[in-house]
Amino acid sequence: MDAIKRRKLINSLILVLSTLAALFGLLWLFWILGTLLYKGLGSLSWEVFVGDPPAPGDNTGGLKHAIVGQTIIVFLATVIGIPIGILAGTYLSEYGKGSRWANFVRDLSDVMMSIPSIVVGTFVYAIMVKPFGHFMGLAGSVSLAIMMIPIILRTTDDMLRMVPPELREAAYALGATKFKVIKDVVYRAAITGIVTGVILSVARIGGETAPLLFTSFNNNFFTLNIFQPMASLTVTMYDYAMSPYKYWQDLAWAAAIILTFGVLGANILGRVIAHYKFKK
Amino acid sequence: MAKSRGFWADWTFGKVAALSALLVVVILIALAVVLYGESKLAIKTFGVWKFITSTVWNPPMNKFGGAPAIFGSVVSTIISILIAVPVAIGVAIFLTEIAPHYLRTPVGVAIELLAAIPSIIYGMWGLFFFAPFMRDKLQPVIHATLGKLPLIGQWFEGYTPGIGLLTASIVLSIMILPYTAAISRDSFKMVPDILKESAYALGATKWDVMKDVVIPYAKLGVVGGVILSLGRALGETMAVTFVMGNQPVIPHSLLEPATSITVTLANEFTEADTDIYLSSLFYLAFILFVMSFFVIVIGKFLFLKKVER
Repeated sequence: MDAIKRRKLINSLILVLSTLAALFGLLWLFWILGTLLYKGLGSLSWEVFVGDPPAPGDNTGGLKHAIVGQTIIVFLATVIGIPIGILAGTYLSEYGKGSRWANFVRDLSDVMMSIPSIVVGTFVYAIMVKPFGHFMGLAGSVSLAIMMIPIILRTTDDMLRMVPPELREAAYALGATKFKVIKDVVYRAAITGIVTGVILSVARIGGETAPLLFTSFNNNFFTLNIFQPMASLTVTMYDYAMSPYKYWQDLAWAAAIILTFGVLGANILGRVIAHYKFKK
Repeated sequence: MAKSRGFWADWTFGKVAALSALLVVVILIALAVVLYGESKLAIKTFGVWKFITSTVWNPPMNKFGGAPAIFGSVVSTIISILIAVPVAIGVAIFLTEIAPHYLRTPVGVAIELLAAIPSIIYGMWGLFFFAPFMRDKLQPVIHATLGKLPLIGQWFEGYTPGIGLLTASIVLSIMILPYTAAISRDSFKMVPDILKESAYALGATKWDVMKDVVIPYAKLGVVGGVILSLGRALGETMAVTFVMGNQPVIPHSLLEPATSITVTLANEFTEADTDIYLSSLFYLAFILFVMSFFVIVIGKFLFLKKVER
């Protein structure tokens, strides 16, 4: 066989192999998604959203406590995480530009972004749950906020650096203070990017379970008290899926699909905004 | 002249922003210090080398050794990388070189969205669907093929309910696949078209271009991406907790139940009733933190930094 034929043969072989690899990868992933849709949609009902927590062995009840708990925990996490993340990102881009300290903080925040989420959970357990002696919803929010800050910091930093310096200089020339320049010029120019970053970070932490296991823990009752253990969709899913009751396992699948739709919805929203923003 | 309101707003904002940046550093340092402080009791009692090599994890006897958990974390990470990386690179080649243009965006977006699915979903799917599939369909195949190999054959023996180290590794590999694929694709995309076109103009086939132009050019990015995926697999909790089996032993066969650092933490942390038990768990968390810290630093600063420049 001559060289050209051999090369062509190897080429076709590799192309077929990598197409197969793509199909193989997608196959698993769509199996998971299909399962989720099949089991989840089958378990969804009005009762799931409004019902009180189920009693063991009972076939009624819903996830109201977990949905509300999840919303509170994630909301508080954003309240803590967004200002710190945005301000720190602003510092890196506007104040510490190019300085060694800013580069160091940027690198550390990249490292922080990849710390295993369960390690963050153990850390917050040590600083909040142990001193107070009991699990609490707020501790869950703090762990999620710790995971959010580096993500928001990074996107804010990137977005602000994309704002052309001429805009800032024009504002300075009019006698504006640095704060005014940042607030009225830089933030305005970069707002879509920052919002996108925030939404994507919420999508990222909204589905986290591990940092909540030892912080907000779980609560089989409806509560609004953030200083008490608080149910979340993810931890409830974990407990219910591992339980022996068929109805609880069904509820876990219902929670799974609510959570996934929430997280994917936020993710797609962020992408759509980014898409329209950067197409122009 | 009195300082105006504008001055104070400006001054405060600058200070608050600087403090926020400082806070990031403080959190990371506090995390390391607190984890070390909490695990001090266990470090004193069991030592470093003894803890890492001791295979006894016996809470009622207050004897704790980290070897089974560390073994499980390292082995499941390695297996998942071995499975995920070739497939991910296949996906990346497919997305950048083979797929028709109208397929590239939807398939690419689909893969990125799959990376956004919460890991607990992978875990639940693993427990309810993949573990039975493993027990009924894959296990006999593995026995008949890999189990017959010399030397490594014994790693694939035994009958289990489908939950074990290998099951967890496979679920883990599916979990990190979209992540690895996305990074590889982005690295491949950074290869300038003109380089590829020059190679094509010389009569190269697609595979020649991949092998001699794209992969050498994107090598650092792909390796960095693989190392970051490794860090992710190491710290992944929920996807493996459901299917690992939580047996604190070093299994004889990959099909048997085992444990890992994250699985041990997720299962036992809230049940630790003695100080030394809790401290040993913190010790494991600290070890995981140190391991992933080095993995991230190597991946990010040794490989990906070079790509950016």
